Amino acid sequence: MTSLPTGASRKRLGLVIDLDICVGCHACAVNCKEWNTGGVAAPLTDLAPYGADPDGVWFNRVHTYEVGEGVTGRTVHFPRSCLHCAQPACVTVCPTGASFKRAEDGIVLVNEDLCIGCKLCSWACPYGAREFDEDAGVMKKCTLCIDRIYNETFDPEDRVPACVATCPASARHFGDLGDPDSAVSRLVAEREGFDLMAEMGYAPTNKYLPPRPRRQDAGCTGASARLAPAAPAAPGGLLGWLDRLLSQ
Amino acid sequence: MHPSLSVIFFTTASGAGYGLLALLGVLAPFGLLPADPLFGLVALALALVAITAGLLSSMFHLGQKQRAWRAFSQWRSSWLSREGVAAVATYLPAGLFGIGWVFLGTVSKAAGLLAALGAVATVYCTSMIYRSLKPVPRWHNRWVVPNYLALALMSGILWLALVLQVFGPRPELNGLVPAVIALALALKLGYWRFIDGAPATSTAGSATGLGSFGAVRLFEAPHTSENYLLKEMGFSIARKHAARLRRIAVVLGFGLPFVLSFVPVVAPGGPAIAAALLAAVLGTVGVFVERWLFFAEAKHAVTLYYGGSVV
Repeated sequence: MTSLPTGASRKRLGLVIDLDICVGCHACAVNCKEWNTGGVAAPLTDLAPYGADPDGVWFNRVHTYEVGEGVTGRTVHFPRSCLHCAQPACVTVCPTGASFKRAEDGIVLVNEDLCIGCKLCSWACPYGAREFDEDAGVMKKCTLCIDRIYNETFDPEDRVPACVATCPASARHFGDLGDPDSAVSRLVAEREGFDLMAEMGYAPTNKYLPPRPRRQDAGCTGASARLAPAAPAAPGGLLGWLDRLLSQ
Repeated sequence: MHPSLSVIFFTTASGAGYGLLALLGVLAPFGLLPADPLFGLVALALALVAITAGLLSSMFHLGQKQRAWRAFSQWRSSWLSREGVAAVATYLPAGLFGIGWVFLGTVSKAAGLLAALGAVATVYCTSMIYRSLKPVPRWHNRWVVPNYLALALMSGILWLALVLQVFGPRPELNGLVPAVIALALALKLGYWRFIDGAPATSTAGSATGLGSFGAVRLFEAPHTSENYLLKEMGFSIARKHAARLRRIAVVLGFGLPFVLSFVPVVAPGGPAIAAALLAAVLGTVGVFVERWLFFAEAKHAVTLYYGGSVV
């Protein structure tokens, strides 16, 4: 059923991604690929992986942006994956019922046995969350690692999506964004987390935390405000004249 | 957006077919068309062949064609599903209308009007598939539905005019052809004017949420070669030729058929048949070019993550 669930649970599982901390190492994207190519959406097909133009299905892509100019300019690493929106048009446009949003936790999934590969859901997603698998002829997308987060054979601390588990900088957080008292909701409130393209009206569940203000004063880092000259001042007299002559 | 040939052929061919079917269903029961069964056979066969060829073509872009039947199930939420239901449902009154006209010699008003309603509903659903997509602002606007309906009507009436010229010209309908072409052209020009002047819906700043920190520029893409998103949604080859293609579409698709539609007034008979044939072919080619542009000029919001600045 591609109508959105009514009377859905308040639970909204999702991710919080800290753009201040992300170092752009792509570990989340790689571990996502690693886990999911053996998971429910397996395989995440690669086409010509060793060719001149490798192509393949990934659920997580890390972009890097330059933002601002001059001293206020900064580099921001930006992981992009499914936001498990509250109003996912990718679900409602699906003609077959393959695309659906779970009532119990808000996760958006594709039933690959029903998908006809019309690609309309990928057109309906402004965030580029869905990637078509040419080889399988069906659409694939982030499952929020549904086969990890409810996996009781895992230790409780490992029941998080692969991208979160692997992030070496702890820039990714997983939790219930429908619960205002959850750790992720408090983090969003404290750091003024935001929605991507809120103007589209998709009400994404995943939130992004903005970069913190830049520290531009030397005092912030504990370094001395001015460095001593590394080389002595140029000598005068005959040696100075020779130095200038030879330096020409 | 990538202009998939199967989808462009589908909307062009079935648009013309549904336009023709709607005109036959409305005009014939009121005696405005020849009651000749042979006319009915040729005109309805032309409409149904165009519709069917288009629908079959639309299946070629599916990844799992054998499951296409599942697309009829989600009519409650999906315009694509509604289009499928409307398309199949239209065959019933259209078939009954044709059987009555061709074999029984009775042009049924009920079947004709129902077939016309089904034809309009199907084209409406097709246009709503595009109209409803917020990530493509050049589709998500009020010009799209009238354009699809008018272009279907225009290509339909050009083919109707051809069949009429062959089987029995109706001078009283001569004025209808240029009027429909003018209407379709006005709507197409209105659409182009709108998309050229529409303010940005989303920006790289809103897509990344970083706009408040300054201008957002892509420094490093996530991958070194094109992926599905860039091939499907990031298509931009035609944009540099857009102005020239628009002129080609206007001249071929609207201008020449408009001029040719006056030939029956001044030179009935052979020249009128030749003019009507040329007008129908040119009009259809023009709609094909226009439909290609409709895709190629449409920017998808995902391009904002890949270096695009506005959509």
